Amino acid sequence: MATNAYVAHAPGYVDNEGPKIVTSRFTDPESHTLAGSTATGGYEGLRRALAMPPEDVAVEVKEAVLLGRGGAGFPAGIKWGFMPPVWPRYLVVNGDESEPGTYKDRLLMERDPHQLIEGCVITCYALGLNTCYLYIRGEMAVAQERVAQALNDAYAANLVGKNILGTDVSVDVVLHWGAGAYIVGEETALIESLEGNRGMPRLKPPFFPAAKGLYMKPTIVNNVETLSNLPWLLTHSATEYKHYGSEMSPGTRMLAISGHVKRPGVYEVEHGKVTFRDLFYDDNFCQGIRDGNELKMFIPGGGSAPWFFPEQLDLPIEARPVGDAGSMLGSGAIVAMDHTTDAVKACLRIVRFFARESCGKCTPCREGTAWEEQILQRMLDGHGRPDDIDLLLSVGSQISPGPYPVAANPEAGLAAVPFPPKQTTICPLGPSSVAPITSAIRRFRHEFEAKLVGPAEDPGPGIEEFAAVDEGELIEATVGASDLHAVHGEGER
Amino acid sequence: MSRLSADNVVLAREIISRYPRPKSALIPLLHLAQEQDGYVSDDAMEHLAELVGVSPAEVLGTCSFYEMFKREPVGRYLINICTNISCQLNGGEELLHQAERVLGIRPGGVTDDGLFTLEDVECIAACTEAPCLQVNYRYQYRVGEQDFEQLVDDLRGGKRTDIPPHGTLGRVHQRIPADAMAGIEPPEVAGIPDWYARRTAEESS
Repeated sequence: MATNAYVAHAPGYVDNEGPKIVTSRFTDPESHTLAGSTATGGYEGLRRALAMPPEDVAVEVKEAVLLGRGGAGFPAGIKWGFMPPVWPRYLVVNGDESEPGTYKDRLLMERDPHQLIEGCVITCYALGLNTCYLYIRGEMAVAQERVAQALNDAYAANLVGKNILGTDVSVDVVLHWGAGAYIVGEETALIESLEGNRGMPRLKPPFFPAAKGLYMKPTIVNNVETLSNLPWLLTHSATEYKHYGSEMSPGTRMLAISGHVKRPGVYEVEHGKVTFRDLFYDDNFCQGIRDGNELKMFIPGGGSAPWFFPEQLDLPIEARPVGDAGSMLGSGAIVAMDHTTDAVKACLRIVRFFARESCGKCTPCREGTAWEEQILQRMLDGHGRPDDIDLLLSVGSQISPGPYPVAANPEAGLAAVPFPPKQTTICPLGPSSVAPITSAIRRFRHEFEAKLVGPAEDPGPGIEEFAAVDEGELIEATVGASDLHAVHGEGER
Repeated sequence: MSRLSADNVVLAREIISRYPRPKSALIPLLHLAQEQDGYVSDDAMEHLAELVGVSPAEVLGTCSFYEMFKREPVGRYLINICTNISCQLNGGEELLHQAERVLGIRPGGVTDDGLFTLEDVECIAACTEAPCLQVNYRYQYRVGEQDFEQLVDDLRGGKRTDIPPHGTLGRVHQRIPADAMAGIEPPEVAGIPDWYARRTAEESS
């Protein structure tokens, strides 16, 4: 067990071979200090930016095609362009990292807080705003400390605040910290939380943050890793940035690879240059599956992402091909599961996460995720009923009608299985719970069937038939689920 | 229990001054109350309501949404064990069960001596170092059976001085000297920053 993580850098980062844009200082034990940062080019990007007209900075970012690193992968430069010419406007930094398997923003905040602060000020300058809120997840006490210290030092050194670096430019960067709620990572929920409210998402439209965000004013919400790219980008140029990665996805991204691999770690990887196979098996990355086991399945982009299987191993780490294959790179969280993994148990664990984290605003998610969890739990406990698989799919189709992950079912073709899913909810949390269920049932239906009480004689209608659930089935499903509590109450939990 | 102390009221006003609207400071202020008392008391919530100008019910509404706020006393050490997917794959549930045996409590419970509260939590962003846990939000990585027993012994023996009591998050706070602030105004009166108007006008002229 690691000793006091309070003073030392948190473990996890692996300094693999390859270009480094956001983790260039990570091996330096003093990387989190102002001296450590400025000794290696810290705040150089800000100096360059301040010498340019603000709009040119925004153009540079747009030309670099800097894709958002929080999950949706939307180009930051284009997002910035959505703001109407209305003031005041705000920048909110999303440091509420909590997608299962994701471990990168915490490292960026703990190991190089000045890089992030510099990125914040550059963004404020480009967008003509003077107040930035840096929202750090509540559970990350050390990240809060390091960012607080870095901000105090940056204010004292005139790198943030009034008349930055002796210019007329003044920008405040304020540290804000949360209190434990995954949903707050959704940008409109983040804004609600920053207004001091319960962190429940707002309906879009009309509440697109770029137009009606914090206090109903134009607001840009960017991820920590996204903004951490800006110092390098401004120190160099969009042209140089595009030398790395692929044409559609320039630059690098941080990937946390965990689960059943020999050398789990957080790696900075060029987009499009390596495949999942490289990540799992190459000596430069994870060096293989533990104990020489077979890979059974893997999550390519966080708990919300549909699962991939060995036949997707040769896909490159790039948004487009991964999206075309029916999943997403999401938040850069890759979880490998070997052949000893119980698909039902793994599926239950992810579903349980969404059930616990549902904010309760939309009925299909609030009720549906809880039902999904209870059905899966009774299956795992050996009390599964013959029609439970169909019931599970039916509940899923109430939250996310129709589309099912293509990776688990390549023969169906892309048209039958659009991704991202449709949703009957305000935000994608509830629909995200359906992805692991459909992935797992498509692929490992026999494992689910083996957990039902008595073998299911008739495998029941397939997913396609459930995509359009009729009223009769809905009533049946509702009645079926209403006595779940009685069964569940006898269990341990 | 208690309202905020005089020192904490000063700190609270300083935090409120960094937001265009006082209610925005509510979550940091609830943390402040929890740091003072170890949990968030009804009196503290009423006090915060006065400070930010909302009703106590609104403060409770916000407070009750977030898992980190405890409205009843908890142990001095809150042990949060992650059982989400990466940790589950590497023994997180077994670690939780061991913790239940060693401490003699279930998740949500408090030991009789008031020293420990145990929780079964969701992903805490240390997935490559599974199984992991936090004690008062300080991480312990790749926790094996012996590691856990050692941790509990050390906490009982008062050897982990690096871990503050429950309620204290960051021990470094942001402090912005008044003369260094760019200035934060309510959204109703804040406008386009002078420097931006000037710099964009220069460009187009």
